[in-house]
Amino acid sequence: MGQAALLSGLESLGLGDRVLTDPAALAAFGSDALTAFHQRPEAVVLAACEDDVVQTVRFCHREGVPFVARGSGTSLSGGSVPVEGGIVIALNRLDRVVRVDPDARIAVVQPGVINLDVTAAAAPHGLLYAPDPSSQGVCSIGGNLAFNSGGAHCLKHGMTSNHVLGIRAVLPDGEIVEFGGGTTDPVGPDWVGMFCGSEGLFGIALEVTLRLVTLAGTARTALAVYPSLEAAGDAVARVVGAGLLPVAMEIMDALAMQAAEASVKPGYPAGAALLIVELEGEPEVVEADAAHLAELLDASGATEITVTEDVTERALIWKGRKSAFSAVGWLAPDYIVQDGVVPRTRLGEALAEIGRLSEEAEIRVANVFHAGDGNLHPLILFDGREDGAVVRAEELAAEILRLCVRLGGSITGEHGVGLEKRHFLELMFSPDDFALMHRLRAAVDPQGLANRGKMLEQAAA
Amino acid sequence: MTLALDTVEALQDAVREGPRVLPVGGGTKPAQSEPPSDDVVAVDVSGLRGIVDYDPAELTFTALAGTPVAEIDAALGEHGQYLPFDPPLAAAGATLGGVVAAGTSGSNAFRHGGVRDFVLGVRFVDGTGRLVAGGGRVVKNAAGFDLPKLMVGSAGRLGVIVQLSLKVFPRPRATTTLSFALESTQAALGVVAALGRSALDLDALDLEPPGRVLVRVGGDAALLDGRAARLAAAVAAPCERIDGPEDAALWREVGALGWVPAGSRAVRVGLTARDVAEVQAVLEPAGAPVRYSLGANAAWIAWPEDQDLSALDGVLSALGVAGMVLTGPSHRRLLGAPGGGAFADRIRAALDPDDRFPKD
Repeated sequence: MGQAALLSGLESLGLGDRVLTDPAALAAFGSDALTAFHQRPEAVVLAACEDDVVQTVRFCHREGVPFVARGSGTSLSGGSVPVEGGIVIALNRLDRVVRVDPDARIAVVQPGVINLDVTAAAAPHGLLYAPDPSSQGVCSIGGNLAFNSGGAHCLKHGMTSNHVLGIRAVLPDGEIVEFGGGTTDPVGPDWVGMFCGSEGLFGIALEVTLRLVTLAGTARTALAVYPSLEAAGDAVARVVGAGLLPVAMEIMDALAMQAAEASVKPGYPAGAALLIVELEGEPEVVEADAAHLAELLDASGATEITVTEDVTERALIWKGRKSAFSAVGWLAPDYIVQDGVVPRTRLGEALAEIGRLSEEAEIRVANVFHAGDGNLHPLILFDGREDGAVVRAEELAAEILRLCVRLGGSITGEHGVGLEKRHFLELMFSPDDFALMHRLRAAVDPQGLANRGKMLEQAAA
Repeated sequence: MTLALDTVEALQDAVREGPRVLPVGGGTKPAQSEPPSDDVVAVDVSGLRGIVDYDPAELTFTALAGTPVAEIDAALGEHGQYLPFDPPLAAAGATLGGVVAAGTSGSNAFRHGGVRDFVLGVRFVDGTGRLVAGGGRVVKNAAGFDLPKLMVGSAGRLGVIVQLSLKVFPRPRATTTLSFALESTQAALGVVAALGRSALDLDALDLEPPGRVLVRVGGDAALLDGRAARLAAAVAAPCERIDGPEDAALWREVGALGWVPAGSRAVRVGLTARDVAEVQAVLEPAGAPVRYSLGANAAWIAWPEDQDLSALDGVLSALGVAGMVLTGPSHRRLLGAPGGGAFADRIRAALDPDDRFPKD
């Protein structure tokens, strides 16, 4: 469909000034947090209500126009990059918390609601929404759901899909479906689980029922300094293996700490590697676990251990951790971040190998990651103005992903495949597995309109 | 007729040609695994058995689908670990594949979540006879469609599960149970809601109408007395503490559905506390015992065999919730409003394009 026909078609939907066509306005929607990819959309629909989304999807289906749903555009895998000749459906204005039911411990929200705003709505009832991506202050639930986002506290609580109980969605042909509800113990195939993490290929969530968890009685955060990244990684396996169940376990290397220090000044103790361990629960349990944890950290070769229960101090520790990605801007003009996963018993080995690869390639790599679930986040630093720097950085990123799969892990723990890692999916899956993924996609979206080209290459027409 | 198969190749052949197939493991949930019509043959996959890989330090394992849950539980127990979703009917011989296919989680899943929260990876034979995989073996993974979750509750209608990878957690070293006596179901629901919202970490939170609330706490033995005291103080109702072998026996009996009277069908319903009053209005006149588990997120109902299921089906449909019949004679496998709509139809068509699995 030509641009003129597309625009007049959109106009006929009666969306008024909710359709953006001005090139300057459209440019802002051309990429997401993975800035290496850019594609200007033909138009952007700023949906103001559910019906705007449904009408636009039906129009796209009728006319064969590819569409990309977009929340805050924080995808780190290029998940919300527009498609050539296609449009963007922006969901930010669908930002209503429809209701919070404290007794059932659920919140019903629209897809444009910001992650932290769910917790803000739940907090007066002593509840919170557990998944906490570092971008939680800006990222939206729709995007969290589409990419099955994680976060530091997923070690204990699980990922986004573990917290989505019900979905109303519009399929790529405009049909509205509902599955799940408010129960944590559903009957029948887990359609909700299948829809979560499908990277927008199955349609757009219009309303989502989220599980809320109770605020813990007590929380304590320990900082342990290690002489090497490998030693910190080995300590993680020791803590997990000892039967402790921390709510979060994170590692930052010296470079990541330096970046955090340069921006939000969390005051981390100096060293080659920092392990952050958070415990929460009933007071006497946390007390006993903290003593056990201190023994384990001590025996694992930590050179300095501090523990705090203070709310302000703990908030600053997490602020430093969660700002690390953006803070890396202080260290280099550009970076690529990967989020491969390795078995946690092989963390030390994986980190040592990443160090070796980094030295060999003469490229600096900062590490700041969800150690408790083996979810690495190597930040590969480069200067895009240097000749061939991007290509060299991408080659190192690819090596790291191959390493993760070789060690028995995954190419992505929480950022999703998106545009960026499509070619690496075949490291994990067989041709038959791929054939099935394409069949599933084609069954739900025969025209391949919904977020075309993400996760899977668009099959030849 | 039952076809016993103990290789994946034989299973693939059975899916590719011959009568339509329905997998059966331990046969502990016969209403789910009995062929619904004469043109469907039961395929016994309990020969696909054994733990493929278990690394205690990693807190994950991989096992063939026909492996009895009890065998897995014993292996995990040696390292102080367990299946936190408390699979029911383990002692009766439930298999791992059967638990995932039925999507059943027990009362002690209250603390950490149900079976859907612990499945990491799956290999299954789809309706074209291909052996396919989804997910992986690590505890966190966002690569590809979440087929492991899709298999939860799929009841053999989307594929025959061959192998599963799951995560596990450290087993509570000791447990104790408090039983509170409330004067009405409504008052008991109030206690369930209040405890569910509290900062107390509870392993199980069950309601036995009319007014008994059973709460289990697990963890360090040395800390249990203090925690139980705080729990008792949080509820304004008479309370009895159940310890040691009696505590173990109580929850074993719950997991074995031992309380379901002979001559009743066991039905599991997914719901929320706000549905309880309307469900009770149907159960009471039918004289059907019920147990609400997981903080009233599930109802386990013993529906008398001499009464047809339409009254129960009707109320579940009206509430927009679904139930599955697990045991007893039934021409109905699912009750109420299973949901999924067009999305379910399309996913099913992609996985089973030639109708090799039963549709109902």
